[in-house]
Amino acid sequence: MATKAQRKVSRKKTARRSPASAAQRTARTMTNLSTLAQGVVKSSLAGREPRLEIPTRSAANTRWNKSRRILQMGTSTQERQLFNLGQARRFMQTMLHASSVKDLLEAEKTLSLRAMFYKSLHTISGTQEKTFDEQSESDGILEDLEVALGSLREELHIFAKKAGTMVGNITVIDTGDEINCRKMGSGGYAIPSIVEPDVIQFKDCEADYILHVEKNTVWSRFNEDRFWEKHNCILTEGGGQPPRGVRRMLHRLHNELGLPVYCLLDCDPWGHYIYSVIKQGSISLAFESQRLAIPDARFLGLRSEDYERCELSDDVQIALNQRDITRAKQIMNYPWFKDKRVWQREIRQMLDHGFKMEVESLITKDISYVTAEYVPRRLQERSWID
Amino acid sequence: MTWPTPNAPMKRPKKKPVRKKAVRRQAPAAGSRPRRRANAESMAAKQREISVSEFFAKNRHLLGFDNPRKALLTTVKEAVDNALDACEEAGILPEITIEIEELAPPASASRSGRYRVVVLDNGPGIVRKQIENIFGRLLYGSKFHRLKMSRGQQGIGISAAGMYGLMTTGRPMMINTRHSTRKPAHHIELAMDTTRNAPEVTVDIETDDFPATSTGTGTRVAIELEARFVKGKTSVDAYIEQTAIANPHAMFTYTPPSMNGDGRSDTEDDQQDLIPEYDSAATPEPAHETYVETATLDDRIIFPRTVDELPPETREIKPHPYGVELGTFLRMLKDTSEQQLGGFLKHEFCCVTPSVARDVYKAGKVSGNTWLKSIDHAATERIYRALQDARLRGPPTDCLAPMGVRQMLAGLLKGVRAEFYSAATRSPAVYRGNPFQIEAAIAFGGDLPADQPARVIRFANRVPLLYQQSSCSAFKSVVDASWRTYGLTQPRGSLPVGPIVVMIHMVSVWVPFTSESKEAIADYDEIRKEMKLALQECGRKLGTYLRRRQRMKRDADKRDVFERYIGEIARSCHALTGTDPDALYQALIQQARRRTEIADAQLDEEGRFIASSDNGRLDDDEGVLIIDRNETGPRQLDATEPAKQRTESTRTPARKTPRKKTARKTAKRPASGRIQKPAKPRVRVHLQAAGDPSLFPHSDQPARRSTKRTGRKPR
Repeated sequence: MATKAQRKVSRKKTARRSPASAAQRTARTMTNLSTLAQGVVKSSLAGREPRLEIPTRSAANTRWNKSRRILQMGTSTQERQLFNLGQARRFMQTMLHASSVKDLLEAEKTLSLRAMFYKSLHTISGTQEKTFDEQSESDGILEDLEVALGSLREELHIFAKKAGTMVGNITVIDTGDEINCRKMGSGGYAIPSIVEPDVIQFKDCEADYILHVEKNTVWSRFNEDRFWEKHNCILTEGGGQPPRGVRRMLHRLHNELGLPVYCLLDCDPWGHYIYSVIKQGSISLAFESQRLAIPDARFLGLRSEDYERCELSDDVQIALNQRDITRAKQIMNYPWFKDKRVWQREIRQMLDHGFKMEVESLITKDISYVTAEYVPRRLQERSWID
Repeated sequence: MTWPTPNAPMKRPKKKPVRKKAVRRQAPAAGSRPRRRANAESMAAKQREISVSEFFAKNRHLLGFDNPRKALLTTVKEAVDNALDACEEAGILPEITIEIEELAPPASASRSGRYRVVVLDNGPGIVRKQIENIFGRLLYGSKFHRLKMSRGQQGIGISAAGMYGLMTTGRPMMINTRHSTRKPAHHIELAMDTTRNAPEVTVDIETDDFPATSTGTGTRVAIELEARFVKGKTSVDAYIEQTAIANPHAMFTYTPPSMNGDGRSDTEDDQQDLIPEYDSAATPEPAHETYVETATLDDRIIFPRTVDELPPETREIKPHPYGVELGTFLRMLKDTSEQQLGGFLKHEFCCVTPSVARDVYKAGKVSGNTWLKSIDHAATERIYRALQDARLRGPPTDCLAPMGVRQMLAGLLKGVRAEFYSAATRSPAVYRGNPFQIEAAIAFGGDLPADQPARVIRFANRVPLLYQQSSCSAFKSVVDASWRTYGLTQPRGSLPVGPIVVMIHMVSVWVPFTSESKEAIADYDEIRKEMKLALQECGRKLGTYLRRRQRMKRDADKRDVFERYIGEIARSCHALTGTDPDALYQALIQQARRRTEIADAQLDEEGRFIASSDNGRLDDDEGVLIIDRNETGPRQLDATEPAKQRTESTRTPARKTPRKKTARKTAKRPASGRIQKPAKPRVRVHLQAAGDPSLFPHSDQPARRSTKRTGRKPR
């Protein structure tokens, strides 16, 4: 088993773009930063309006790449102008963050998103106005900066807070520390925000597949039942919409170790969208899809038909509200769902039922129904949708 | 003496239609034989004529004496109206002194007290033999029988006030008048016999004791009455303030009871030195004097004269055929001194041209030589119809003397502290054959309250109308106009809300009031339409101004935002590339200024952008006046600054004195420095955008903030 996995690792590695060294990448980011600022300085001194070109991060500028089966960012960009009332503040914030990033790179340290918010936060002299009102404002600007510089968040030395847990038949090396994911107790290994190969390396993987569940409560059920041990797999959880670190980890496990990914998510539009994000990438991070999306990820459950198939009681029904219905229809119309008849049928069935279900609804059958019966059965029957 | 004693009940006039009632009462009692209560003879003994004074004594609410509060106002109003009319007719610039003295305070807040109203003018005076008739009889006057623009119309006012005073206090009216400086003045005390509508003179002396007026002639009327003195929208204060607005050529000196020293019974001493003292108190003013404001002294309020020209004298006109009804026509036929139809049509009406007359003869099957006596009723009706159907020229309009936009602006400036003023005078129009003209003005912004409905001030022939606002045509036209178009808020079916004062003035040879107390203008379609058009004219100018101001403000705000961020950007760029932050800062600031240059634009007195290609609709509009209350205080005392500098300098030096104080405490009308023509005040408007120097420490830019409220330091 291990040999097979290792063989796959080597094959995948050669296929990837050869990773530049950390120093090289930092140098490239530095150059990009200074080019960005040079542009502003040059046009300012020439009496022209300073502008920043920022690729648009919106649904309209997201392309569905049918052959690669991932979402990619389109080519359209937007200009951020200083002398535009709606953009002046964000222009200023972008420049502030750019200079903060430069400080980070020079100091060779990393900061969290929240810390970056504080780093660039101050009151503009002579006014009552703060450079940033809240962290969400700062986070958006940092994403802008990522796409404007063509650098990844990791390359800007910024990380997000940890959200996501992993346990299973694998040992990872995290900044030199060997972590045996088989011996993580009840809490599990917290997946860090930056999981690039220079931070985390894989070792001793015996698992056959990855089971990704939606949230921590379900994950705890599986962990307590030692599911990963019995079924020789890796068990991950992303706290709802999985953050970049978790998705990157799944991506690396899938691509470098060749492990198939199965997702156990709620039967509601939210769950469907989480699956969609894991599988083909999200709209706001479309520029990173090629290193985050797992087009082969499979959706194991919960299925609408499980209501009949598992003979669930009426009590587990949660009525769909208007927002759910709208969202479900929206998802049905995404190009990557549109020509999949099985998905159309799945969502249609949920709408016909008029209710949604959570994975926890399986608890009504038996405490360990989901680990002892449901998941093994689905895997055995190969009953998943793609 | 025949007038009733102070609180004695009035004599009940006998009822005329008694007979009718008696007949009706008999009818139902068919069964039993009714007792005969009165016969024709006994009833005839009770039937007699009712005098006008008796009628109005009983129905005094018709004349505006409904309650003690209103009685005081009406008394002041009638006296002042008469004084102004007299001065103007004699070609004298009016100087009027009004004094209200509290003789006995009200027992409680809701009761009335006793007051004395004294009104002194510098008019032509009254000849001795007319005094009784003018002040002692109702419906005696020069104004009823003619079609001429004047304040009074009916000849009821002042005598009714005297009658009211007599009835409530028992004290006769006191009249002092002098019609020639070479002759002694008359001092007359006058009571009225209401049953006969006849005056009774109680005191009649010739005296040299007459207050010094500027002309040496004049009239002083003193009436004692039961009244209540209150403040507010319908108070004497408001009336005088508004009268001053409508009569910029008149000067008013007003002493309300609160300023009247206690125990001073003899007010004449005070009056005598009033005017000289005032003149000496005033600072001589330069010719470029901008505008004057009301001055509050310790013992009186002075509403100075702002215009040195009397309104043009108006002509009396003959009735226009369209405004004459058949009955009136018949009466005119009977009354005329003309013998033949041709002369009658030519001389008793206006606008009947020979060609129109020919058409009328044809339609009436008569000729110009037809003797009036020989015309029978059928022919009269034919002639009348033909006259109504004829295409007639509108009545002549030189019988009207509107205030004109400049005078209205000057008047509003005097009374209302706003920021934007506009005025419009419509061309004359006709209702029921009577020529009339509508003027409107609005004042906006400044110190006016922003969250209250608009204040509407109404005038008819320069007389303020204070009561019955909602039934007045003027009020309705303000509600009718769509103020939202001009950038104000207006709840459906009500006045616009905002810092705005709306002034409407109607001049006419005959103002159609809804009642004898002359409180509201009747709602004729023609009048309402003209009012609305005048308001729209003003409103459009306000709209243009507000939009411009908004644009300037928007740009100023924009610049504010840009300049705020430029410092941060320069610093960041310096950190990223090592560029000189100062140079970058200056370059960006310059660019920001260039991109928001409208903010620097100044509106000249007509609301145009100075040195701007934008030639707006306020071009050459004398009906607009803009004053920046934030920047420049009232400038009347700023005599040292040369006029030239004003027009050139980009900024006007701010006055250091607190502006409220300056405005209220100083008398501004100088003897010499009056506006010869109602001049366009030269006040510049500034709205400047800002950047703060502390924003970027390297900057040497001066401190400028757009939102600054305080005065700016002179440069």
